Amino acid sequence: MASLETLAKREEKKRKFESGHSLCSGCGLPIAVRTILNSTDGPVVASNATGCLEVATSRFPTSAWNIPWIHNAFENAAATISGAESAYRSMKKKGKIDKDVNFLAFAGDGGTYDIGFQSLSGALERGHDFTYVTLDNGAYMNTGIQRSSATPKGASTTTAPAGEEKYGKQEKRKNLTEIVAAHEIPYVGQASISHLQDLADKAEKAIHRDGPAFLNVLSTCQLGWRIPPKDSVKVAQKGVDTCFWPLYEVDEGEHNITYEPKEKLPIKEWLEPQKRFAALFKTGNEEVIEEIQEDVDEDWEKLQAKAS
Amino acid sequence: MSDEAIMTGKHFMNGDEACAEGALAAGCRFFAGYPITPQSEIAERMSKRMPEVGGRFIQMEDELSSIAAVLGGSWGGSRAMTATSGPGFSLMMENIGLGMMTETPCVIANIQRGSPSTGLPTAVGQGDMMQAQWGSHGDYGVIAYAPTSPQEMFDFTVKAFNKAEQYMMPVFVMADEKIGHMRERVEIDESKVEIYPRRKPEVDPDEFKPYEPDDDLVPRMASAGEGYRVHVTGLTHNQQGYPQLDVETQQEKVGRLVDKVDKNKDDIVELDTIGIEDAEVLIVSYGMAFRTAMGAYKQAREKGIKAGIVRLVTVWPFPEDEIKEFSKQVKGIVVPEINLGQMVREVERASAGNTEVKLVPHPGGGLHEPEQILESLEALL
Repeated sequence: MASLETLAKREEKKRKFESGHSLCSGCGLPIAVRTILNSTDGPVVASNATGCLEVATSRFPTSAWNIPWIHNAFENAAATISGAESAYRSMKKKGKIDKDVNFLAFAGDGGTYDIGFQSLSGALERGHDFTYVTLDNGAYMNTGIQRSSATPKGASTTTAPAGEEKYGKQEKRKNLTEIVAAHEIPYVGQASISHLQDLADKAEKAIHRDGPAFLNVLSTCQLGWRIPPKDSVKVAQKGVDTCFWPLYEVDEGEHNITYEPKEKLPIKEWLEPQKRFAALFKTGNEEVIEEIQEDVDEDWEKLQAKAS
Repeated sequence: MSDEAIMTGKHFMNGDEACAEGALAAGCRFFAGYPITPQSEIAERMSKRMPEVGGRFIQMEDELSSIAAVLGGSWGGSRAMTATSGPGFSLMMENIGLGMMTETPCVIANIQRGSPSTGLPTAVGQGDMMQAQWGSHGDYGVIAYAPTSPQEMFDFTVKAFNKAEQYMMPVFVMADEKIGHMRERVEIDESKVEIYPRRKPEVDPDEFKPYEPDDDLVPRMASAGEGYRVHVTGLTHNQQGYPQLDVETQQEKVGRLVDKVDKNKDDIVELDTIGIEDAEVLIVSYGMAFRTAMGAYKQAREKGIKAGIVRLVTVWPFPEDEIKEFSKQVKGIVVPEINLGQMVREVERASAGNTEVKLVPHPGGGLHEPEQILESLEALL
């Protein structure tokens, strides 16, 4: 695992993602993006789907990006980078370019799990040499916290609001990491902004592997999760320690759990600090928390079986 | 909020919320949508209100599926709607054509923003006006309303539902960010809300042809499960609803899609006129730009300029006969639009050289100054 010293040294080089952007305090996105880009050693070209990351890091005169960066529409970060990577391969073949370039795509959960899924799946199947990074904060935060298919069951959003009829989102979230793994690509990693060494290792593996790679990174949103900004990393850590968000990889088809919590915490410890789950703690909704616990337990067992 | 489908009373709400309330008042019980600024408040309101009134809200995975679900919802028997903004409107285009071809009543609200592409998500634009008529491939008539206030967001959404059912087609509410986010008084009165019911078959199932038009060129619609044959296809189809891929069927079908709007213009077209009796110069306007145009009109009258306004309530079908008549009586027409020249082309076409037509463009992201419109009026005199 990359040492803390290594991570710190990477900060001393010219950073590919700079400070000075206008993302919220406590936002997980810049933590993830900087760690990932710090893990690259050569030239990088990135595409970025519409979302908070795009809006808040690119506006004149405060772009945070020290790399060629392409904003596209909402649904096609993977398709855009497919085009860039294909052009690069063609130019390299003709001897018009000799550098080794890394291609990355960044998108949120809405831009990946929902509207961008077709574009992602197509790019994975075609086998482009790129790394797709989903920054999963579990809702459409940029447009005002609407539910996505990554929103956890029980969370209240502006289009799945908690009220008298419902406690919030009724459906379990989509397991995108496993869906991507089913494309049988060289590398898939699930990481969190609470575990930067783990994230850096996965980013390095993903970027250096030939062919498509995918990172799904749990990323906090203090507005959508309704947590104090200072607790951002702690809450993400709870996601990992309750096994709501296990840290693992699927490396050439092999499942490896990269972090085992010393003690698997009850799901309540992940839910309770986040006010988006507040309705679950009202009388009458105890069963919902039990159901969520059962889902997490079942998924964790399945993952352990795959990794054994 | 309220368990009442029609919230009779006086409210202080924004245009997006009023649009949602208009839909509910018009009997909409199915909404499928996808987040996009500056429309999301419509979807958010629907997500809260639909469970209260026994309707159904679904958030879809993108705009393609949103409009497709609305078409399905309509065929399932519901009054159905979706709402979006420019990028989503673009994504919906193929299925809007499907809705036109299959003559599926539904409403699509487009809260326009600065465009093209991602453009100015949080700022006003009127750049999708031509797209509303010509966005999907092929020929079809279009009905589109352009509200200028939250009150009209309510009223015109009701109108849009009624015209969708009357003419069996998707109908557009072409608003914009300013109207969507503007907060004003909205009066809702249940006794004033008229509902045009679905055109159901009145013959036996054996005799029913789903695309046999009545005298007004509009067919009737049976939903699955009502005992009638339901066979819906985007292929060119005959009156029985089955694909028949020949010139005659294409002429009959597509010709009727155009004619059912064109030949019923007298019933569909709505416009307001202000000060046109003695007008020497005219402003033709719609949507948010109309509010600025009103300022220019007042200033012009104060200065003794005989100005008039034609305000388009329906922008499509374009009121070419009316504009043609007006063009004969005035020295010039000014068309302020929050785009670089769209509906002005229709005004020029309808005016047929009778008078000078001048665009007052705005690229989007803000509004005209009334003085810009006033200067253009003065230049025509």
